[in-house]
Amino acid sequence: MEPILQVKDLNYVYSAGTPFEHRALENVNFTLNRGEFVGIIGHTGSGKSTLMQQLNGLLKPTSGQVFLDGVDIWTDKKTTRQARFRVGLVFQYPEYQLFEETVYKDIAFGPQNMGLSQEEIHRRVLEAAGFVGITQRQLQASPFDLSGGQKRRVAIAGVIAMEPEVLILDEPTAGLDPIGRAEILGNIESYRKAKNATIMMVSHSMEDVARMTDRLLVLYGSHLAMDAPPAQVFARAQELVDMGLNIPQVTQIFLCLRELGLDVENVYTREQAVSLLRRMKEERVHA
Amino acid sequence: MKEEIISAEHLAFRYQGMDGAPDVTVFENLNLAIEEGSFTAVLGTNGCGKSTLAKHFNSILLPTGGKVYVCGLDTSDPDRLMAVRRNVGMVFQNPDNQIVANVVEEDVAFGPENLGIASPEIRRRVDVALKQVGMYEYREHAPHLLSGGQKQRIAIAGVIAMEPKCIVLDEPTAMLDPQGRRDVIDTVKRLNKEKGITVVLITHHMDEAAQADRVVVLDKGTVAADGTPREVFSQVKLLHDMGLAAPESVELCWAMDQLGYDLPLTMLEPKECAQVLYDWLKA
Repeated sequence: MEPILQVKDLNYVYSAGTPFEHRALENVNFTLNRGEFVGIIGHTGSGKSTLMQQLNGLLKPTSGQVFLDGVDIWTDKKTTRQARFRVGLVFQYPEYQLFEETVYKDIAFGPQNMGLSQEEIHRRVLEAAGFVGITQRQLQASPFDLSGGQKRRVAIAGVIAMEPEVLILDEPTAGLDPIGRAEILGNIESYRKAKNATIMMVSHSMEDVARMTDRLLVLYGSHLAMDAPPAQVFARAQELVDMGLNIPQVTQIFLCLRELGLDVENVYTREQAVSLLRRMKEERVHA
Repeated sequence: MKEEIISAEHLAFRYQGMDGAPDVTVFENLNLAIEEGSFTAVLGTNGCGKSTLAKHFNSILLPTGGKVYVCGLDTSDPDRLMAVRRNVGMVFQNPDNQIVANVVEEDVAFGPENLGIASPEIRRRVDVALKQVGMYEYREHAPHLLSGGQKQRIAIAGVIAMEPKCIVLDEPTAMLDPQGRRDVIDTVKRLNKEKGITVVLITHHMDEAAQADRVVVLDKGTVAADGTPREVFSQVKLLHDMGLAAPESVELCWAMDQLGYDLPLTMLEPKECAQVLYDWLKA
């Protein structure tokens, strides 16, 4: 695995030296690798959003460092600016940030700021629209005539068009219906696959992170409490609940099965559950 | 048969198209009645008309055809507007958009103040409301420093301080973490069971809907399914066709059924689902 983004001894304090001083991040260390899909879970106020903003230089660490390809993103102005293009952020409810007359212009806004040629901008807009399933006709429409789910996809396309090597999304599926959620998650996954991009997704949906991610970071009270594959994280059910989090419902079902006396392994997606149940049933029939 | 607190009769609603675009019809002829004291969840895809319907329940939107009655009052009668809003309180998705004061208890007092209630009575109502949502000890805190779930419970307290008969919540947990979601749903359930307040909960979370007495599914402006959570969620095929899903326990049994095993689709909770799977494995 090839590391791309490294966070070292990161600390961040809001309103330092005032009565409102608040330590938002304390001694956070982790590494993101190229092509990885990483989830972040944590209660409200655990430091998720603060952390996101450290990763592309929107916030400067109080102490500690963020390295992109081994170079500290605060080395000089040029490096910081580059980091903002190479690490793309999609905030919560990004559809509220749409502002252009047409969907095309909105998606083109980011690449334009990068000073690319017109042909390159055009290529990127079309490609980004393709990733999120926006049609040629919709490109010429006003973003405000689209449905909520479509608007959100346009907003994500605007960031994808900058072709970030690391794409960070804050709750990209909040407020969407099941189909809308599945579409957005599929769009993100297809971008990752096509570009070998690193994805970091903040989510309150344990089902979504269980299904999509290779690895989970758990933030609790400004600390990085866990950094492990979903199977290992969700095996610590009680700790997660105590942290104000949860485990996927299928995991709960299998924990109940264990309480009933069955010797079952830890399961965290529906697909795993189905194949395990099937195997157990077949073994019984043939026993 | 219990009394109806809200009823939509032949409800029609049309938005005007923007810039000369054609009008958008949300409802053509919707009929739905909510019983007093019930807990109803409303499900549907984005754009199916859930929020539009909710806004008809306290006269934020008025029908372009048909009628909506709240406690027997016609919501489109301007003279009844205050009475309608006093009976049906609303809680929206984003807690930050519905908190107006700098101190929790002042925020909760905002509604009753507008009703012109005497100060000692407001004091009493604010205290009662904050205790009911479990936020009494935060009464002197600044709302913006609270978590999303806490803010949402403050918003609910602000509504119940007006002592409505019914509260309508439009995706109140969409922006909350798991603990915040649990706290808000537990609060709503308690208000319903202990205080008899009628609850209409609009949600995309199937596990929340599973806790209601009744689930109504809207699809393209009509009622596509209506019944107890078990009745509605066992119609997995119908839900999938509409772009919805069932709670994970039901989805798991459905996936097994698709492989030719025969499992019931009525288990909404992990525990009961586990028991059924256990019996099935042992059989």
